[in-house]
Amino acid sequence: MDAEISLRVDGADHRLTVDTRTSLLDALRERLGNTSPKKGCDHGQCGACTVLLDGQRSLSCLALAVAHDGAEVTTADGLAPAGELHPVAQAFLDQDAFQCGYCTPGQVCSAVGVLDEVERSWPSHVTEDLTGDVELSSAEVAERMSGNLCRCAAYVNIVPAVQQAGRARA
Amino acid sequence: MKPFAFGRPGDVAEAVRTVAAEPAAVYLAGGTNLVDHLKLGVARPDLVVDVRTLTSREISDLPDGGLRLGAGSTNSEVAADRRVRERYPVLAQALLAGATGQLRNMATTGGNPLQRTRCVYFSDVTTPCNKREPGSGCSAVGGYTRYHSVLGVPAALPDADAPETCIASHPSDMAVALAALDAQVQVLGPSGVRTISFPDLHRLPSDDPARDTVLAHGELITAIDLPALPAGTRSAYRKVRDRASYAFALVSVAAVVTGDGPERTVRLGFGGVAHKPWRATRAEELLHGRPLDEHAVRAAMDAELAAAQPQVGIDGGNGFKIPLLTRTVVATLRDLTPRDLTPEATS
Repeated sequence: MDAEISLRVDGADHRLTVDTRTSLLDALRERLGNTSPKKGCDHGQCGACTVLLDGQRSLSCLALAVAHDGAEVTTADGLAPAGELHPVAQAFLDQDAFQCGYCTPGQVCSAVGVLDEVERSWPSHVTEDLTGDVELSSAEVAERMSGNLCRCAAYVNIVPAVQQAGRARA
Repeated sequence: MKPFAFGRPGDVAEAVRTVAAEPAAVYLAGGTNLVDHLKLGVARPDLVVDVRTLTSREISDLPDGGLRLGAGSTNSEVAADRRVRERYPVLAQALLAGATGQLRNMATTGGNPLQRTRCVYFSDVTTPCNKREPGSGCSAVGGYTRYHSVLGVPAALPDADAPETCIASHPSDMAVALAALDAQVQVLGPSGVRTISFPDLHRLPSDDPARDTVLAHGELITAIDLPALPAGTRSAYRKVRDRASYAFALVSVAAVVTGDGPERTVRLGFGGVAHKPWRATRAEELLHGRPLDEHAVRAAMDAELAAAQPQVGIDGGNGFKIPLLTRTVVATLRDLTPRDLTPEATS
């Protein structure tokens, strides 16, 4: 069964007709040709499909496109103007925070979300004082990024990359 | 994936009428569990009714000092709310111990307690499962039992072919905290509104393991109310799992301690050990008004777990959960009431 929806993706408006079963991830990749978010597990376990959905880091594989009619989606490709790098992407380059790169667009979108959440003093499971400020320690980064798997195990460089981007923001 | 029609009603009343009128209709909120089940063929609805933006996203103060969580508020928003962090740390900690940042941004207050078990056989449509396909049997008996129940099950090796057998556990961390807090669930159904005390929302398999909760078809959670807690109430959530992050509980404990001396009450919720968030009413009675030293807590847990049934399994079984749960309760209460462990308090 088909439904007509509109999506704003990386600043551009689109109208499209989707089967009600289409995930937001498949709508982005297969219908709009935006292959920045990746299909890893397609079951919400790996984080490769992470995008900013109405400003919040979210798993596009577990979102039905039809349920997000009118949504604003930012993929890793749309974080910075064409030809420029977002500070988080730059930090991933500087810190050598990837090998094959397949999980990287999801990692970068997730990290952007992490930095927003830390800026708002959202606590995490490892935050000692639930009501205090958050220090972007390596334990905090590891906990907050635990939904993004990297089969190359570039974690030891991803953590400093997120910290570098966090310092650049402060 | 089986085709389905998609409905986005104008308000919650229309949503309830729509779902109540269609036996093969389901509600969609954050979708983190349902969309996965649509892909796996575990859920096969004809109609999916989207309520994510219909139920309130507000977190608001109640006149008696409690807090109302609109069903559409996300797990992230509730965990980050200053009032929740200050007054209900057990709930903030439970939420933050569950899932990942991305999932918490999507999952909702109304949806989280209604997520289904993570029993691997429930998720695998090629295997018998009384919860997914009533009457087909239970593949978990004697199988992989690490994430399965030890409380509310009839035997260490229940009859795998009996239609009532189910040893699945409830996976939600949030629900364990809400059970310990005696939260009140606001429900809208085809015949009006009702309130369900959170510990009564979920059920044991009994003769119908397909049903996780007492909600009738068409009933919709519109809000969850957190009761006001007396000044000085302490609470905490402690979760034991196979990985440091992003794993379901092997066992978990939500503890809420109110008052001191003979007036002290202890409320305990357990996760990962039963078909529902387990309220340890026997242990609570035994600990009422008592110093929470290790001896007293262990004695209370022995009574609570007297009927526990370690499950035999090809993964070595899950009998480890029984001593692990007691140790986790001891550690949780020790952290909440450190003075009770001093010699003066225990003598």
